[in-house]
Amino acid sequence: MTLPKDKSEYRGVWVFLEARKGALREVSRQLLGEARRLADIRRSDVSGVLPGWNVEPLAREATEYGADRVYLVEDRRLETYTSRPFAKVVATLIGKHKPEIVLFGATKNGRDLGGRLHAMIETGLAADCVKLEIDDEGNLDMVRPSFGGKSLAHILCKQHRPQMASARPNVFRVLPRQPGRQGQVIRETVALTDADVDATIVTFEERTGQLARKIEDARVVVSGGLGMRDPKNFALLEALADELGGAVGASRKAVDAGWVPKDYQVGQTGKTVRPKLYIAVGISGAVQHLAGMQESEKILVVNQDHKAPIFEIADYGVVGDLFQVIPELARQLRERKAIRGGRAAAA
Amino acid sequence: MPGPRSIVCIKQVPKAQELQVDPVTNTLKRVGVPSEINPPDRNAIEMALQIRDKHDGEVFVVTMGPPVFTFSLDEALAMGCDRAFLLTDRLLGGSDTVPTAYALSETIHKIGGYQLIFCGEETTDASTGHVGPGIAGHLDCAQITYCSAVQYLGSRVRGKRSVEDGYETWECPLPCVVTANFLSNKPRPPTLTGKIRVKRGGLTTTWSCADVGIDPDKVGIRNSPTIVAKVDTVVLPDRKAKIFRGEPRAAVAQLLDAMVADGVFPA
Repeated sequence: MTLPKDKSEYRGVWVFLEARKGALREVSRQLLGEARRLADIRRSDVSGVLPGWNVEPLAREATEYGADRVYLVEDRRLETYTSRPFAKVVATLIGKHKPEIVLFGATKNGRDLGGRLHAMIETGLAADCVKLEIDDEGNLDMVRPSFGGKSLAHILCKQHRPQMASARPNVFRVLPRQPGRQGQVIRETVALTDADVDATIVTFEERTGQLARKIEDARVVVSGGLGMRDPKNFALLEALADELGGAVGASRKAVDAGWVPKDYQVGQTGKTVRPKLYIAVGISGAVQHLAGMQESEKILVVNQDHKAPIFEIADYGVVGDLFQVIPELARQLRERKAIRGGRAAAA
Repeated sequence: MPGPRSIVCIKQVPKAQELQVDPVTNTLKRVGVPSEINPPDRNAIEMALQIRDKHDGEVFVVTMGPPVFTFSLDEALAMGCDRAFLLTDRLLGGSDTVPTAYALSETIHKIGGYQLIFCGEETTDASTGHVGPGIAGHLDCAQITYCSAVQYLGSRVRGKRSVEDGYETWECPLPCVVTANFLSNKPRPPTLTGKIRVKRGGLTTTWSCADVGIDPDKVGIRNSPTIVAKVDTVVLPDRKAKIFRGEPRAAVAQLLDAMVADGVFPA
């Protein structure tokens, strides 16, 4: 393996800034906040790396979210994400500037890029970190769920640099934007040719309707499991979610049964959510499911089986027939909302 | 025109409900635990077989691991794969995703003559999704990750890639690594004829690092950039659930009163 001759040459915390439809992804802003904290501990600084086209305003924005500098690489070939040119750009800049730490959002593109890149430059990459710390030796302690969320593994990358990690959206919290915060935007040139572009994106179908509601961003998530018995019963959950302004999710078993698309899946092989309120309906609570929702602020469980393991992590539980309880819950919420509305009108 | 040669990389993983940690080594217990083909890898096998159904060609399956991984190769052969390759060597033990992607890419290179490489989107035991794109990085070829459907176009490949806000259709030259989404298709079960073919033998090639030409200084735990320094058991906060039961109307009313009292909902 090619090891850096001198690890101390590697300094600074980098964030791969992901632009999507003319905006920075939320996870990129969140990572800037975390990078800021790590850089302060390491007494180094935060840089964003932003490949794209017509994205200079996003570089400025990144400085207001905590970046001391942003390496901006603009090329028409970087207008939308594809693997090879992005990997080439980031690998080239890492080789040139030698950061100590590089963070990626664990989005589809972030993982696609990180996976290719870590093999190209032969360094460690820990996926889906939920916590990042600096250990006594100054290494990045990358903490990630393992073995179906039953445990947390501390991953170290002691000899290789940079140390790279990804984190899913909403694991870290965004710092308040500081308008006018100063940071350098440095234009970098990476020689790209058409030969560096192998993928063409021929079409893009945007997800719309219920499918567009992202459970990872919702304040309330109502998830159904095998207890729903039939895909059409998910309408009950949709009605409840509508009442609460939330989104519908599902356990892996419900997805495996083909009742709802994979995008609904909460859990280890699905999405991680941490809403204000998570409502688990007819879900027994396999550890793989818990891994994706146990950090929700409040958890309400509705299940007929009072011994279902999911009750162990619940704040509230209703033991009963979900086909009665869920419509009743939606009805009483609506009723209470109407009463509040009436009071407000009277006042 | 002959169809493509597809190489599918698979991993044998402990069955999801059987995940156990060895308290001494902090690694996953793999011995004496029921295991299976990593579920998304089955979708990858099916993707490759569907291309062969339509265009002819060949589907080879590759794994890296101890000899017990033959179990998964046999199953893949019984599903219809033409040949299997087992890369097995003590030198490979403890490899993280960097040496794994390197060793698999060398094995693929040794097999040669390929147009498509398939992997599952990620494994259920490590869940990184880094090996597929890592192989593409080592082979310096194209990649399409998170595919739910794939079309072989002769000199190119088209993949429907799911991203957070929709589906992108990518078109890439060959060779190309394609990673298959979990549940993106219905993997065919092993057939009786397939099982008989396996029983007759001669379909699996076993290679060591030396056979493939893998550099021993680039694989194994010693040459893996990352180590698992320690593992903490997750202690879930005791949320002390307030439980309501009985007649639904009354139970829900009590529930909502409690949630309002705790500030979850406005009064």
